[in-house]
Amino acid sequence: MNSKNGLKAGGLRKLIAYIVLIILAFLCLFFFYILIINSTRNHAQIQQGFSAVPGKAFMKNFNNVLNDANVPIVSGIKNSFVISACSAALAVYFSALTAYGLYAYDFKLKKPAFVFILLILVMPTQVSALGFLRLVKSIPFMKDNLLPLIVPSIAAPAVFYFMYSYMQSSLPMELVEAARIDGCSEFKTFNRVVMPILKPALAVQAIFVFVSSWNNYFMPALVIDRKELKTLPILIASLRGADFLKFDMGKVYMLIMLAIVPIIIVYILLSKYIVAGVALGGVKE
Amino acid sequence: MKENKTKKYRRDKHGKWGYVFILPFFLTFAIFQFIPLASTIYYSFFEYYRDGLDVIGPKFVGLRNYVELFGADLPKYLGNTFILWIIGFIPQIVVSLVLAAWFTDERLKIKGKQFFKVVIYMPNLIMASAFSMLFFALFSDIGPINSFLVSSGFVKEPVRFLSSVIGARGLIALMNFLMWFGNTTILLMAAVMGISPSLFEAAQLDGCNHRQIFFKITLPSIRPILVYVFITSMIGGLQMFDVPQILTGGAGSPNRTTTTMIMFLNNHLYSKNNGMAGAVSVVLFVICAVLCLAVYKTSDPAGENK
Repeated sequence: MNSKNGLKAGGLRKLIAYIVLIILAFLCLFFFYILIINSTRNHAQIQQGFSAVPGKAFMKNFNNVLNDANVPIVSGIKNSFVISACSAALAVYFSALTAYGLYAYDFKLKKPAFVFILLILVMPTQVSALGFLRLVKSIPFMKDNLLPLIVPSIAAPAVFYFMYSYMQSSLPMELVEAARIDGCSEFKTFNRVVMPILKPALAVQAIFVFVSSWNNYFMPALVIDRKELKTLPILIASLRGADFLKFDMGKVYMLIMLAIVPIIIVYILLSKYIVAGVALGGVKE
Repeated sequence: MKENKTKKYRRDKHGKWGYVFILPFFLTFAIFQFIPLASTIYYSFFEYYRDGLDVIGPKFVGLRNYVELFGADLPKYLGNTFILWIIGFIPQIVVSLVLAAWFTDERLKIKGKQFFKVVIYMPNLIMASAFSMLFFALFSDIGPINSFLVSSGFVKEPVRFLSSVIGARGLIALMNFLMWFGNTTILLMAAVMGISPSLFEAAQLDGCNHRQIFFKITLPSIRPILVYVFITSMIGGLQMFDVPQILTGGAGSPNRTTTTMIMFLNNHLYSKNNGMAGAVSVVLFVICAVLCLAVYKTSDPAGENK
């Protein structure tokens, strides 16, 4: 009797769980589904309303976006890619270097340095935006290029924290000692022995830094003045003008899709590692 | 014993290399974060703005910028930011807790866990500005959502989502919810899976039902990570910018009810009102510093000695 009731209740719970999960999954996918459908339809079709089947205007919309001089999409993708890739490389390398410095060496300021980084772990960079803007506009070699959006990535506290935790779990000091006995210099030990061990952590963090940099809108919009340097989020934001209704909607959806889809493709290919990385990021013992 | 010996050896011989390795980080931080922060604080005490082509100031005015801020718009924008955050956060934490409990429940045996995890995390990686632009297009007065609602007879007239306070705030909260609940679910799941299985087994043997297990074992055990999620989400909420900025075209419409702190800061930065931008930044900095301290307390600084 008891177990039968238990079974029934369990079955009902399971049913509710699946219904809720399917609704949530639907919500997460539905908007992107409309986006992809609408990017294949022309302006008139989109104005007629909602449709579940794709149209035939994909290439037309694509070419329209490519040829629109007001929205320099090719240079936008290029700029976004350069900033994101360089930021990711700098952030993971120097965060690993910093984490190694605090993990493998013993020195007087070790503890204060560690505490300091933990204190600024989640401090938003926006709070110093005013001073940052004034600073980069006064440094000659940072004027009118993408460097102000790349160089600061060297100091990435969250990436540091991840690397440090990873070293605690997967980098035995014996290995470092062995490399030293073999006559490796300290830098060589880091580059040749430590970095390969960190590869999984480096890859996961590189993806996260790349994506957040790719999606970043606030700082680039304030730093960049020249059209040729604009990044994708700035171009997307420029669509949201007062004369939005006059835009070719096929083009609008296509542009949004071009900004989103590369990330989704990379995500689908690497989802296993990314989801595992998210789980690791929050584990506090 | 051995541990002590190696430690001493390290300090004697190689310790100074530690400074070399952490130098780039601290140098970059000092140049691009610390000095700018100091100058931001400095300018918050000055009257310094652009009026057409003229630059007014810089003239020291003490706390006048702050007095002006608190007397006028700041409380409203701080309130907006809080409301927009909390109406997204409450469903986010509730749904994430429930999903984390379901995913980790051995007896429930949910199939396709990995699939659901991948799907619900996806919106977190989407460009917020593109996502808001998409929502703007979909929910505009002539957009697909309205055409669907009208043609299927749910409503007679198109719903003007973005012209009503509830509509605009609701859409922003919905987007924040969609972007963050997957992330929170995965974090909470990891925390639940870290609980010793023997605790659950003992509870089951004692005849606890799933509700008792959830409230008496799961929730208390993951308290530290819940606190962490709460505080980091609050800091994320304070940084809210892309979504309301693009959804409302920077206007915070209707009637500035969706203008957040960072949008306010952005307006001052854009119009080159350095004094006011500085004062807004300092207010944000003080709030974030308190929250950072709270995160530090929860992130186990003793872990470094392991």
